[in-house]
Amino acid sequence: MKPIYKRIIFFVAIIGLWELGARLGLWAEIILPAPSSVFTSLYNGFENMTLVYDLIGSFRRLFIGLAIALILGTSIGVLIAKSKTADDTIGSTLLAFQSVPSIVWLPLAMMWFGLNDKAVIFVVVLGGTFVMALNVRTGIKNVSPLYIKAAQTMGSRGLDLFIRVVFPASIPYFVTGSRLAWAFAWRALIAGELLTTGPGLGYTLRYASDFGNMSMVIGVMIIIGVIGAVVDQLIFQRIEKSVARRWGL
Amino acid sequence: MFISINQLNKQFLDKNENAATVLKDIDLQINKGEFVSILGPSGCGKSTLLSIVAGLTEATSGKILVEDKEIKKPGKDRGMVFQQAALFPWINVLENVMFPLKKDMSKKDAEAQARKYLKMVQLTNYLDHYPHELSGGMQQRVAIARALAMDPEILLMDEPFGALDEQTRTRLHGQLEEIWMETKKTVMFVTHSISESIKLSDRIIVMGTRPGTVLTDIKVDLPRPRDAYKTEMVEIENHIMSYLKKEIDKVISEEQNHEANI
Repeated sequence: MKPIYKRIIFFVAIIGLWELGARLGLWAEIILPAPSSVFTSLYNGFENMTLVYDLIGSFRRLFIGLAIALILGTSIGVLIAKSKTADDTIGSTLLAFQSVPSIVWLPLAMMWFGLNDKAVIFVVVLGGTFVMALNVRTGIKNVSPLYIKAAQTMGSRGLDLFIRVVFPASIPYFVTGSRLAWAFAWRALIAGELLTTGPGLGYTLRYASDFGNMSMVIGVMIIIGVIGAVVDQLIFQRIEKSVARRWGL
Repeated sequence: MFISINQLNKQFLDKNENAATVLKDIDLQINKGEFVSILGPSGCGKSTLLSIVAGLTEATSGKILVEDKEIKKPGKDRGMVFQQAALFPWINVLENVMFPLKKDMSKKDAEAQARKYLKMVQLTNYLDHYPHELSGGMQQRVAIARALAMDPEILLMDEPFGALDEQTRTRLHGQLEEIWMETKKTVMFVTHSISESIKLSDRIIVMGTRPGTVLTDIKVDLPRPRDAYKTEMVEIENHIMSYLKKEIDKVISEEQNHEANI
């Protein structure tokens, strides 16, 4: 049997049992609402446009934050790959920063920027920057010496060598860095939105929770999960695979 | 003399900070248009020698002159082909061959030049392929076209066919010989294959190991192509083998002594 059929049967079975349990009243609606109520909530949410505005709001913050993170991460990565002093100082600090979940910066961010978009974007930027910087650094340091030697015998050196050989040679690491930056940024975004104002998926989730609307809570959770999986598998993993194949990895 | 290598020495520091001599007092003169093989067992420093001529490695002492100018850095007057093709995987075959030309000529001229040399290695049908789509032999032909495209006086080849299967290697020997006769480049060809060196070269520099020195310099005076001169080639092969046998015995006995000391 193809994996896709196995998957479909698995999901149908889970949702079926879940619906059955809820209909038979095995647990209270507030504990775990039935899939049909979740679906109705989602349907209403999209029909009255609240979820659409949430998605637009969330993606706006994400794109701004991720773009800054990728640019900043690349710059830091190049700097610490090229300068030993920068690597010994900034480079060693990055790992420490990377192991701190970026949401813990939110209290500070709210003091700096206020309870608004900027604070959330700041957290998103922190979520993506460090992992991007670390991957860019690894990529540049791992460029095959053979490529560099070959380019040198063809008269390339300095900036020309960096732009035409070192940079493209480390693209696989840039792609991996971007994928991880996106994953961290996405988590940071939702966490940040839970604690700030809307519109945004995280904000709607907390709002629904405050009013005991558990079917909406689950609905938003599903949206978050689906977007995360789709972007990762359909976009980044595909790019990663085709890049790895062409780069001969 | 076109290429003149004078009293060249190269030492590396090993991990105990002891100086290990890789090349000792190498003297070598090469004429313009000559096809010279550097032949020797692994570890004799033949690749290091080529790398110094390419300007990729610095000599500890001594000089290399090309047309009376001292070599210090890599330059477009010396094209290099490595054992691995070292093609850039992010650009296609045509763009790879255009790589060294981009700064010096217009895009149109660069493309025409690249096409010319890709035709010479018979890869005109693969211009828009990417390196990973080509076989090892084809990749190496692209690398040769790329080195030739910048029209260097000297072609340096570091065991370029070492990683290929026997049939591909034989075909490429033929192609290289034709290209050499057509372009009249001066070739320095590093190899550990005796038969390969005899088949291709005007002269064979046989190197010994630990430290790397020139053992002998053998002229190969057979008409090309040489497939019809099997007997003569075997004679030369035996002659070279007598030199190399001592070297190989030396390496083996050193390794055994080393083991005995552990």
